[in-house]
Amino acid sequence: MTDVIIAGIGQTPVGEHWEISLRSLAVKAMLAAINDAGGLRPQALFVGNMLAPAVSRQAHLGDLLADFAGLTGIEAVLVEASGASGAAALRQGYLAVASGAVDTALIVGVEKVTDYVGPEVDAALATASDSDFEAVQGVTPAALAALLMRRYMYEFDVPPDGLAGFALTAHENAAGNPHAMFQKAISLEAYQQAEMISEPLNMLDVAPNADGAAAVLLTRSDLLPRAYAQPQVKIAGSALASDTLALHDRSDLLAFDAVRISVEQALRRAGLTREQVDFFEYHDAFSIYAALSLEASGFAARGQGWKMAQDGSISRTGSLPCATLGGLKARGNPGGASGVYQAVEAAIQLRGQAGTAQVANAKVGLIQSLGGPAATAVTHVLQTV
Amino acid sequence: MPENTLLKPVKPVGIVGYGAYVPRYRIPAKEIARIWTGGKDSVPIKEKAVPGLDEDVATMSIEAARNALLRAPVNPQEIRAVWVGSESHPYAVKPTSTIVAEAIGAAPNVQAGDWEFACKAGTEAMVAAIGLVGSGMAHYAMAIGMDTAQGRPGDALEYTAGAGGAAYLLGPAEESLAVINATFSYVTDTPDFWRRPEQKYPQHGLRFTGEPAYFKHITEAGKTLMEASGTTAKDYRYAVFHQPNTKFPQRVAGILGFTKEQIAPGLLVPVIGNTYAGAAVIGLTAILDIAEPGDRILMVSFGSGAGSDAFDILVTEAIKERQGRAPKTQDYIARRTEIDYGTYVRFRDKLAK
Amino acid sequence: MEIPRHWRLKQQRYSLVGETCPHCEAKIFPPRDVCPTCGGEAKTQYTFSGKGEVFSYTTIYEAPSGYDETAPYTVALVKLEEGPIITAQLTDLGDQPVEIGMPVEMVTRKLRSENEDRGILIYGYKFRPVLSRAA
Repeated sequence: MTDVIIAGIGQTPVGEHWEISLRSLAVKAMLAAINDAGGLRPQALFVGNMLAPAVSRQAHLGDLLADFAGLTGIEAVLVEASGASGAAALRQGYLAVASGAVDTALIVGVEKVTDYVGPEVDAALATASDSDFEAVQGVTPAALAALLMRRYMYEFDVPPDGLAGFALTAHENAAGNPHAMFQKAISLEAYQQAEMISEPLNMLDVAPNADGAAAVLLTRSDLLPRAYAQPQVKIAGSALASDTLALHDRSDLLAFDAVRISVEQALRRAGLTREQVDFFEYHDAFSIYAALSLEASGFAARGQGWKMAQDGSISRTGSLPCATLGGLKARGNPGGASGVYQAVEAAIQLRGQAGTAQVANAKVGLIQSLGGPAATAVTHVLQTV
Repeated sequence: MPENTLLKPVKPVGIVGYGAYVPRYRIPAKEIARIWTGGKDSVPIKEKAVPGLDEDVATMSIEAARNALLRAPVNPQEIRAVWVGSESHPYAVKPTSTIVAEAIGAAPNVQAGDWEFACKAGTEAMVAAIGLVGSGMAHYAMAIGMDTAQGRPGDALEYTAGAGGAAYLLGPAEESLAVINATFSYVTDTPDFWRRPEQKYPQHGLRFTGEPAYFKHITEAGKTLMEASGTTAKDYRYAVFHQPNTKFPQRVAGILGFTKEQIAPGLLVPVIGNTYAGAAVIGLTAILDIAEPGDRILMVSFGSGAGSDAFDILVTEAIKERQGRAPKTQDYIARRTEIDYGTYVRFRDKLAK
Repeated sequence: MEIPRHWRLKQQRYSLVGETCPHCEAKIFPPRDVCPTCGGEAKTQYTFSGKGEVFSYTTIYEAPSGYDETAPYTVALVKLEEGPIITAQLTDLGDQPVEIGMPVEMVTRKLRSENEDRGILIYGYKFRPVLSRAA
């Protein structure tokens, strides 16, 4: 089987883009990816987005974005899986190219949270949880993360600033990412003094929701243009797994089973082992998610994930560099676009183009995107060719 | 006196189960006086109960009704009426009683309606329930008196307008923890207190609320009931009267020949305030909580506008076993978190937004 | 207006009506007709006792729209004595501190009102510290 190659990448800075609309943001990233791929024309477009109907009053994004990118006529569709929308779209694009159904697929993740201001945005975010049995109680995604964090700290005797390392690492790494929202390191004191959002979750445990768009163009290795100049990066493995939508319905709330399943499947499909993974882009929408993902992915024992952030294991020079360009925490959390940002960032690392944020000798990157508290987990293995 | 003076059902009726409810929060009357009089004036009660932000007459009635059902473990589908008397129904149009009936599992084959007669809406519902059960139309009927009373900021009523009430499951006398021997009502058109549509706070007739209204109606109803029943105050172990403040029920008790001891267990206004449609009926739950078989109890409500319902009640052997099945009135009174005037203003939605 | 969506859930919301599995006896809330324990069909109605304990909890200061009237409020994962965990607000806390393991009981309260003062009131379960009772 020929490899599925990430032939082109494109991204916009993550932030509050008051003056740029949803469609303009997406089209910027799409055109950048097409350009990066040497002008390859996509035969299909897969869009990842979670909030547009609620926040921008815009559905039907597949067609809208094909239209405004000048691609009218191609197959175009929206893929939605809450915060994992972009990664789920990437998987659909991967399957389409790998199967031979299309030769080229463009995947764009886009989120525009600033089209609406005020608590309606929190209400829109809450629709990704169980609307009838979670959101109706006034519960937000941050509150769900806080409930997990409280229980985790209680069960495993984690000190109050035990999870600080996740934010510290992310911010330090983002200093080397010109597209990141916060390109500045933070101190442990800043974490310790950060304002509480929902105890024990403080402001620095939360990745800020922001606008952004990222795109990748996939094709098969035998279809690359003759003049293709970039180092080749392939998608070696892809998997998506589901868990109960509501956190309260899990038989083990701290297990993140969908993460475990998707990692096992993605690595098996790639023919690789955990030991061969050079860096890991986890879904640190909340620092507790990062800790639980490290555990469920098999990089840390149960209840020990937080220690990897404390002892430097996840730093750029550690045993498993994570959030290498800032992660969701410091690059910013552009909702349904974040899975595609991870693909773009991992490609940059594997191409050796990450500059001061470069992970040395990066050959295999694991990227993982979550919808809700790992109700959906999407894991991809990216590898140099 | 005509033979049919007393209201008596064809089949004897009694209280099969009862339940009280008082919200957690209390504002001391002195705290209200601090705001409006600099704390100089004497205050009519010690403190009043204030509902939390997520409470209203529907939620409070549900809890009281559930307590009544804990004491009378009947199949809720056999309850053929759920009637809620209040002057603070959460909707102007849309029944509170359907919410309560649904929550306790009595819907859908049930009479449901909201009663309004100022502070005697609850006892009016009880009399109607006695009729429904006593006629044989229904085996059980639930009657509730519950209020989250409104007092205009700075008005005399603000010191006392409290929150709470009680639910009664009426049923056949042979299943009852207390039999209702008879009732008697005294009603005239006397506008001592009212609230017009769209108005947030009621108006009252100042001193006119006393003699021609409260005292006249309670005295007439109580006196006639006792005369027609051939009883005097001495025949009753306890009595409970509508209690808008501490003094009125004490005085009316004296007029009817009752001692302080007889009314003490049911006199809750000093610690929960005037719970309006809930006032007399929650006084009765506090009495039933401590009553012994054979105790006779007189209850007389008063509703502005105006009228009084008097009840002659006889406690049965069944009471002892049922008292402890649900929280007692004093358990709710003991559950107490004091709040200041600022919190009270927020809880009672008195801020212009 | 979201009336139908809330109206059809009134039994679950007002009184914790769930299901019990006829095959493995698991108690199920919210009702889902398929037993999450054994996978069998489970449609037998079961009303939960409303007793449980706090499994985890937090406080929400910045509430989503529709919930700002009562913010800040505390939400919890409550482990019901029959087994399931549910998400619910804690109420009537007064000055009482919350702890993991604290016994709580179900009450029916206002969850929110639609359209501020003009819309319907949405009632549902919340939990409060178990009412202490004199001996």
